[in-house]
Amino acid sequence: MARFVSENFIPARVHVKDDAAAFKEYGERYNAHWTPTILELDPNGEEFYRIEGFLPNDDFLAQLMLGRAHMDFKKGEWADAEKRFREIVEKLPKSEAAPEAMYWAGVSRYKATNDATALKETAKSFAQRYTDSSWAKKASIWA
Amino acid sequence: MEIKFRHDVENVLKEAKEQAKPVLLDFSAAPM
Repeated sequence: MARFVSENFIPARVHVKDDAAAFKEYGERYNAHWTPTILELDPNGEEFYRIEGFLPNDDFLAQLMLGRAHMDFKKGEWADAEKRFREIVEKLPKSEAAPEAMYWAGVSRYKATNDATALKETAKSFAQRYTDSSWAKKASIWA
Repeated sequence: MEIKFRHDVENVLKEAKEQAKPVLLDFSAAPM
C-alpha cells in the first residue's frame, strides 16, 4: 500500500480536528464533507477519482489502483491503463474493484487496437468470473 | 512501511504541478 502510494502520488492529509481550518478550506474546495474521503488529484490539482467511506486494506488498495488506472485511461494512455487495470485483477482478484478493472482492461485494449476481439474476449472472461457483477451485465452486449 | 502524509497541502499541490505527479488527498478523522 505505502509503496504504491509513494510511487504514484504525493500523499497529503487534512484532519477533521487537528487541521480543522485546512479541513474546512479544502473540504469546501473539493466538496469533501465526510471522513474518510480520499481524492486522487491530477498534477494540476483537479480531482479525477474519489473514494468515500472506510474500506478494508485490499479493497482500499484496489480502489486506489483503479483510480490511478482511470487517470491513464482519461489521458488516452491505453497500454498503461490496460496494464494497471489487469494488475488489479491479477493481484487483488477478490476485491470489489476487480470486476470493474476487468471491464476497463478490455475497453483499454479495444481503444489501443480498435479490434472488437478485445471486447468479445472480455465478455467471455465475464462468463467465467464475476458472473453476478454489474460489470458482467455491461460486458454481455459484447458477447 | 507507513504512508508519510504531508499536511502542507498548498506546497504539495505546487510540487505536484512541478513534478507532474498526482496527489492523494486524504480527509481523515483517524487518530494522529
